[in-house]
Amino acid sequence: MREVAIVAFAQTRHTDHDTGLSEPELILPVINEVKERTGLTRFGFTCSGSCDYLAGAPFSFVSALDALAAWPPISESHVEMDAAWALYEAWVRLQHGDIDSALVYGFGKTSLGDLRTIMTLQLDPYYLAPLGLDQLSYAGLQAAALGAERAELDEIVRRSRADGRANPYALDLPDPEGDGLVAPPITDGAAAVVLAAGDLATRLTSTPAYIRGLAHRIEPHYLGMRDLARSASAADAARAAGVGKGPVEVAELHAQFAHEEIILREALELTGDTLINPSGGPLAANPVMATGLIRVGEAARRILDGRNHRTVAHAAGGPCLQHNLVTVLEG
Amino acid sequence: MGNRCAVIGVGQTHYTTRRQDVSIAGLVREAAVRALEDAGLTFKDIDAVVIGKAPDLFEGVMMPEAYLADALGAAGKPVMRVHTAGSVGGSTALVGASLIQGGVHERVLVVAFEKQSESNATWALSTHLPFSASLVVGAGGYFAPHIREYMRRTGAPGHIGTLVAVKDRLNALKNPYAHLKIPGIDQKMVESTPMLWEPIRYLETCPSSDGACAMVLAAESAVTGTPAWVHGTAMRSEPIFRADRDTVSPQAGKDCAADVYRQAGITDPRRQIDVAEVYVPFSWYEPMWLENLGFCAEGEGWKLTESGATALDGDTPWNASGGVLSSNPIGASGLIRFAEAAQQVRGQAREHQVDGARTALGHAYGGGAQFFAMWIVGREKL
Repeated sequence: MREVAIVAFAQTRHTDHDTGLSEPELILPVINEVKERTGLTRFGFTCSGSCDYLAGAPFSFVSALDALAAWPPISESHVEMDAAWALYEAWVRLQHGDIDSALVYGFGKTSLGDLRTIMTLQLDPYYLAPLGLDQLSYAGLQAAALGAERAELDEIVRRSRADGRANPYALDLPDPEGDGLVAPPITDGAAAVVLAAGDLATRLTSTPAYIRGLAHRIEPHYLGMRDLARSASAADAARAAGVGKGPVEVAELHAQFAHEEIILREALELTGDTLINPSGGPLAANPVMATGLIRVGEAARRILDGRNHRTVAHAAGGPCLQHNLVTVLEG
Repeated sequence: MGNRCAVIGVGQTHYTTRRQDVSIAGLVREAAVRALEDAGLTFKDIDAVVIGKAPDLFEGVMMPEAYLADALGAAGKPVMRVHTAGSVGGSTALVGASLIQGGVHERVLVVAFEKQSESNATWALSTHLPFSASLVVGAGGYFAPHIREYMRRTGAPGHIGTLVAVKDRLNALKNPYAHLKIPGIDQKMVESTPMLWEPIRYLETCPSSDGACAMVLAAESAVTGTPAWVHGTAMRSEPIFRADRDTVSPQAGKDCAADVYRQAGITDPRRQIDVAEVYVPFSWYEPMWLENLGFCAEGEGWKLTESGATALDGDTPWNASGGVLSSNPIGASGLIRFAEAAQQVRGQAREHQVDGARTALGHAYGGGAQFFAMWIVGREKL
């Protein structure tokens, strides 16, 4: 495959409430930031990820285009998925060899509606959605299937929130109290990444984060068809991306719940030497539809900053980790 | 462009107002299985699945690719979900083709659908974002002023739209999958129907359909059966609220056409493209897109339509299948254009086959006439 690298990453200072910004206003600063950082004003391809149901209206991505200065018209596409899949589409497009740069962005304002209930609408509309399983309920089913120790789960939440407090972009959340399932915070935010291929990558930065592997897999939708204590699709994606071909210094995992982190660590065969979610992860900031892209961006940033040589990022979609994307980044 | 890509299988459902006999999953599976049968393959032969559809509000299922993975044999594979407004069907084909052109996969199943009977599309399109005013007009109300401006600029006489409405429905009578089949349709019948959005009458609009369309795309080394070779692919987008953009003949449409023509070596589209499947949801968009796509000079589109050049037996047939005016499962409508273009160059369009078609254009647009997706397919490798 053609060598493609992440050369810039920007994210908003995420908030736990609606600050009154429209989606284009949310996106504009991060688009401008990656443009300034790379010096690029036009890109060979642009791709974004968002979800209409967060705004409760069709075409949330249409007005987002206004933040791009898409004039003259641009070559552009959109996935109704986490923007990590927009990054995948852009990476594929760069493999054609005729363009050298791509802009990827994602955004989500989960403050606008009742996210837990909205997530019910992504279930099979005939057999699952009518049961009224909301996001916390089906996460609870998976947590029960795993049966992890309470102390281990609590420690993951404590660590994530502490790391989040140290991350200027994540939320300031206190150490967890009580013994219930800890949900990821309601968050508004956006993120953008620039990909570059060939010589352009090294012209734009001295420390490009090269995408050495990038793969994703889905598994059956019906929860009863899966072993919820494991993630076969994450394991498959990790193998296809080549996670095990070298040591993993840092892994940014799209684990919205503590038990998902345990399942994903096993699926990706991560050892105790790997630093997990030093950004705080989704438990510290979860701007839905950008959360997965932020994992890729955070994993890339460790390399762009020269702190690490080999990192892994993971993104997820669907109920109970149904769909998993894994990428391996190297300096 | 990357590696060569071919269409090796096409499957469609019979488009209709209500498919109450199938679930959404049953609908997409029906198209997918037909495309696989056409290619002589099964789900096992597919490396990845790309799903496209218009706004999720149409069925009330958020990100339905999660639920549809099982019905499309996608478990254990990569799945993508594309959404680029009305152009999404075209974009879905292009994302699928890109996976092959980029050398990532050998065989990709692309599926697009809409089950519009699950909701009311006009109302689903009319809800407003929290921060912007809603026009509460649906698509017809949005595009009617653009059509009126086209008429003002070109001096096109008022009956041109009815000609397209009749022509496309006559073509639909030859397409077994078409939704609207109106025997005896003529100009008088179209003119007798109510005015919905001046100058668009009821029979000058597209229907609301339930339906799905699927294609199997393959790399050169994985071709089975009769291929339609992809000669060029292009997408273009422009902002909806740019003050001086020309909504009648958008720059993004012109640029997208120029890009795809360049890749396919087309310098004179009217002569070199044997048949075009172009997204015409309201009759007047045929003359408008004739100009935007360079089939004639600006201001001449309506004359070409009036001359009969775009009829099935004309010198540049447009929408031999009956087009969006005859079948409109919105999210699939673009993919149907792309698939019908492929069927023409594969010589498999049966009764609406354009004799000797070697090169065909598939076109889709969406949003406020701001998103464009196009491909050129040919009987021979480029």
